[in-house]
Amino acid sequence: MTSAGCGAPAGGATATSAGSQAIVQGRVTQNGSAVATGYARLLNSGGDFVAEVPLGDDGGFRFFAAPGSWTLRVLAPGGVRAERTVSADVGQVTELEVAV
Amino acid sequence: MSRSDVLVDADWVEAHHGDPGVVLVEVDEDTSAYDKGHIRDAVKIDWKTDLQDPVRRDFVDKAGFEALLSERGISNDDTVVLYGGNNNWFAAYAYWYFKLYGHQNVKLLDGGRKKWELDSREIVTDVPHRAATSYRAQEQDSSIRAFRDEAVAAIGKLNLVDVRSPDEFAGRLLAPAHLPQEQAQRGGHIPTAKNVPWSKAAEEDGTFKSDDALRTLYGNEAGLDFGKDTIAYCRIGERSAHTWFVLHELLGQANVKNYDGSWTEYGSLVGVPITLGDAP
Repeated sequence: MTSAGCGAPAGGATATSAGSQAIVQGRVTQNGSAVATGYARLLNSGGDFVAEVPLGDDGGFRFFAAPGSWTLRVLAPGGVRAERTVSADVGQVTELEVAV
Repeated sequence: MSRSDVLVDADWVEAHHGDPGVVLVEVDEDTSAYDKGHIRDAVKIDWKTDLQDPVRRDFVDKAGFEALLSERGISNDDTVVLYGGNNNWFAAYAYWYFKLYGHQNVKLLDGGRKKWELDSREIVTDVPHRAATSYRAQEQDSSIRAFRDEAVAAIGKLNLVDVRSPDEFAGRLLAPAHLPQEQAQRGGHIPTAKNVPWSKAAEEDGTFKSDDALRTLYGNEAGLDFGKDTIAYCRIGERSAHTWFVLHELLGQANVKNYDGSWTEYGSLVGVPITLGDAP
């Protein structure tokens, strides 16, 4: 990931450790298999949209949030929707597995 | 200008597939998305390598834009239909960029790549071949692009619309939440700017909200004075191009500029005023 722009690679930018970031990441599966076509949306505690990434080939997603409580919403073809609440903390990677 | 002049839907794209004079172009935030699959016969423009000067922080110049479109096989008379992921974020940026260089007939696919994918429409990996053209661009249209001095001069006088997320507006984050936090030296926003996150203009499937809903959002709720000129900004000018599209192309506001230097420039300028917190 370069620092030049807003580009979000599918699945989110690469991070090796949280450092000063508050990372929320995970994977979307259906019947145990990765959901590779779909979108993960991050909503703030007020329910407002904050960010969205396309799912990676492994169904993965990653967000660099602020500390606090967030809602993760997954959209996939066929009207598939799923939602999870998650909290993020600086220096931590919060892992989330979403089965749809 | 009305909605039907600047937006097409997926059925329109399928009905006009193969029409001479219609060119589908994918411009995606995720620049690898096209390579994994795209709408049949769509060509790719990479917002980073194709549209940005490789050395200076600026756009490719007129000759560079001409060379790009000529190489992609796009003619001056073609109807260019742009689409991309994430609510057409970068497609809207490309739309503004095409307008900046004077391309007349350009439209967005409403809902973009996301709605196309969620509706399970066809995605292919075949890359089309289009014969090269001799594209001629216009000089940049300065009526739709703002620079830093205009942004500073607009404080307290014009509508300033900060289209980033509330956390970026307040100075709690420096970048969107799907990117590492870095960039400008200081957080916050330009004094007197109203915060209307760009994504509020889109439905969850990426299509634009109705004109009435958009007027309510920017006018009644955010308090924009539609009688004043407007400058929109974000972090690097892409999200604000989406808002520029809404205000200028959908709602028909006369004088709307996109400040593409945006917060990465403004938040690193020495001596300019900055406001922290949620209030304008």
